[in-house]
Amino acid sequence: MRPDIATQVDNTMILIVAVCIFFFVLVTGTMIYFVFRYNKKRNPQATNIHGNTPLEVAWTVIPLILVLVIFFYGWNGFSNMRNVPEDALVVKVTGQMWKWKFEYENGKKSDTLFVPVGKPVRMNIHSNDVNHSFFIPSMRVKEDAVPGRENYLWFKADNIGEYDIACAEYCGLDHWNMYAKLIVDTDENFNAWYNQVEQSEKKTNSGETGNTTNQDSLKNNSGNTDDSTTVTDTTQISDTTKSE
Amino acid sequence: MANGILATDPNRVSFYEYEGKHKGILSWLLSTDHKRIGLLYLISLLAFFAVGVTLGFLMRLEMISPGPTIMAPNTYNSVFTLHGVIMVFLFILPGLPAIFGNFFLPIQIGARDVAFPRINLLSWYLYLIGGVLAIVSLFTGGGIMDTGWTFYVPYSIRTTSNISLSVFAAFVLGFSSILTAVNFITTAHRMRAPGMTFFRMPLFVWALYSTAWIQLLATPILGITLLLIIAERMLGVGIFDPNLGGDPILYQHMFWIYSHPAVYIMAIPAFGVVSEIIPTFSKKNIFGYTPVAISSLAIAFVGYLVWGHHMFSSGISDISRLIFSLLTFLVAIPTGVKVFNWVATMYKGSITVKTPMLFVLFFIVIFSIGGLTGLVLGAINTDIHVTDTYFVVGHFHYVMFGSMGILLFAGLHYWFPKMFGRMYHEKMAQVSAWIFFVGFNLLYFPMFIMGYLGMPRRYYDYLPEFTTYHVIATVGSWIMITGMIIMFANLIRSLYTGAKATENPWGGTTLEWKIPSPPPLENFREIPVITEGPYEHHFNKEENT
Repeated sequence: MRPDIATQVDNTMILIVAVCIFFFVLVTGTMIYFVFRYNKKRNPQATNIHGNTPLEVAWTVIPLILVLVIFFYGWNGFSNMRNVPEDALVVKVTGQMWKWKFEYENGKKSDTLFVPVGKPVRMNIHSNDVNHSFFIPSMRVKEDAVPGRENYLWFKADNIGEYDIACAEYCGLDHWNMYAKLIVDTDENFNAWYNQVEQSEKKTNSGETGNTTNQDSLKNNSGNTDDSTTVTDTTQISDTTKSE
Repeated sequence: MANGILATDPNRVSFYEYEGKHKGILSWLLSTDHKRIGLLYLISLLAFFAVGVTLGFLMRLEMISPGPTIMAPNTYNSVFTLHGVIMVFLFILPGLPAIFGNFFLPIQIGARDVAFPRINLLSWYLYLIGGVLAIVSLFTGGGIMDTGWTFYVPYSIRTTSNISLSVFAAFVLGFSSILTAVNFITTAHRMRAPGMTFFRMPLFVWALYSTAWIQLLATPILGITLLLIIAERMLGVGIFDPNLGGDPILYQHMFWIYSHPAVYIMAIPAFGVVSEIIPTFSKKNIFGYTPVAISSLAIAFVGYLVWGHHMFSSGISDISRLIFSLLTFLVAIPTGVKVFNWVATMYKGSITVKTPMLFVLFFIVIFSIGGLTGLVLGAINTDIHVTDTYFVVGHFHYVMFGSMGILLFAGLHYWFPKMFGRMYHEKMAQVSAWIFFVGFNLLYFPMFIMGYLGMPRRYYDYLPEFTTYHVIATVGSWIMITGMIIMFANLIRSLYTGAKATENPWGGTTLEWKIPSPPPLENFREIPVITEGPYEHHFNKEENT
């Protein structure tokens, strides 16, 4: 069983926060104690101490060991982030000013990222214009979208629900509004939606579709999978008709 | 130390009263006296600082509630860009070396001036020209610049604003920085008083010396980058722009190869100020002089090799992320060594908490938070989550404002008697310091929490769940600014009403405390001969001070 990315990030964070609190209390506590204990009133005559080599070695080596442990945790979590499971669902995401566009392997396009619960998802990240950064806070993953290259990340959503996708690299006027939704649903619901759209894509066979896919259509569509070709997003059909 | 030789000569007037070739304002604008140049820098830097603070205040005001509050999105984008550019390039970066370095480096090593006084004046003019060009560029062209202070391509290429001119301004500022560095390195090597070996130099001088090397070696890379940007924009050579076949990641590398060491250009001189103030107010030698001195050099050296940690999510190769993460953790060690030695210096001291010392204590608290949260950014998997969020904003304000800013205030109070010949009003200064400290933490600490919860930076608007944190931060900004206003008002009032300062009001041991306040034109009537380390308190003489 592979460890969960988000859990690993949170665990590293907990470790670091523990180390932080320890050193913070140690340093500031000692400092405040000295300020009162060795105040001029209590201690009118200072004792000159030039240093202490064993102490210097101690507070070089002990923090060194601690940071190497933290480094190891960070690296360990990171290697998990970079090794995508082989059965991952592959989705291409393209950032452009100021929206995210998702494209599935079957050619289905969407403005909302639909994924099945519990399945690894690999995002291949592109940009059409300037740098963006694909960021799903609740999954603890982020990777920049850089024009002219493909970056990737992967995540696995363990709970059904709706999550925010943000742009984390400043990209101009509406950077703050470049949000999209990640919708995690059951396998059946996802597959229904996925296959339904696949048929519509095959039928129209156009690269321009999907820009205006209704973001809330997952549940509606999944209820109507039997006659899928007729009940896909109306906006999408009208778009493709125009383009043909 | 050789006190007899340094006795004050009543016939020698202070550098303020000295009449040279020029009178009035020209006696400042054409002066090659390192002390006057230091004060010129002080005034210009504080002017830019005031502008930067005002912009920060406006940003926080906009963020007090979701949705539009006082400005439109494009205005907000320009405001945070201006705030960053002014604070980083015109205030923090020249910062302490320009002000206190100019004023005190020659005095602390027993010299009459820096090695190249005219170049010193030239570097101030270059700074001013660069500053003016930067301001002009921000307001001309297709509108106020809105790229963020990092000018990332390709956005900075596409935007209509006037990048070429501002890039040129940064280039001029870079020259100012390089010339100051050359000057300081030469001065430290060639102008030390007889008997002052390298390991008898005050730690502030060590800090300036280490910083000067970074400035000298890193700033040319900024120059090269900037020239490449100009070549791309004017000649259409594809270097960074993907549309011309360039690589945007290359730009990020070149930007951070300079701008990360620049963080240490800001911080190391601030560390030097701490190493001066703690021994003085603890009445004892600094604990671990050599480790503190060497750690400055170590930070300067390792700090060169960690720039990639700004790019952990940019798509650079996995192996380079690994190496940059490891090196980033290593740079934490010499920084930690410094903090431990400072605290240990207070052990068995005889401590008086005057305002400079109070600011140093605040610095240790704030910088510990800033430094420790840096561990979150050094570990790769946590960094990937929090990079480009408010966590980073909180971190670098704790580190940069927390070191350079707070220690500028500490140094201003510490050296105020020496620079201006008058004492500041102690009680009011302490009150302002406490107000500042409370406001600072209210302003920046909520940013760590927001960031971890997923609030990206450079956002004009935010999701409702972040409102509480933003409100706390904005209220904090009001408190912090109130503290600073009281502090500066108190300092300005003290210029006129403060008691006359003695030669050595704090009982300091370095050379600036052995000459009159304010110092005479050539600092020393006779160059002192140094026979011991910089922080030797002689207890039998302490009764007088």
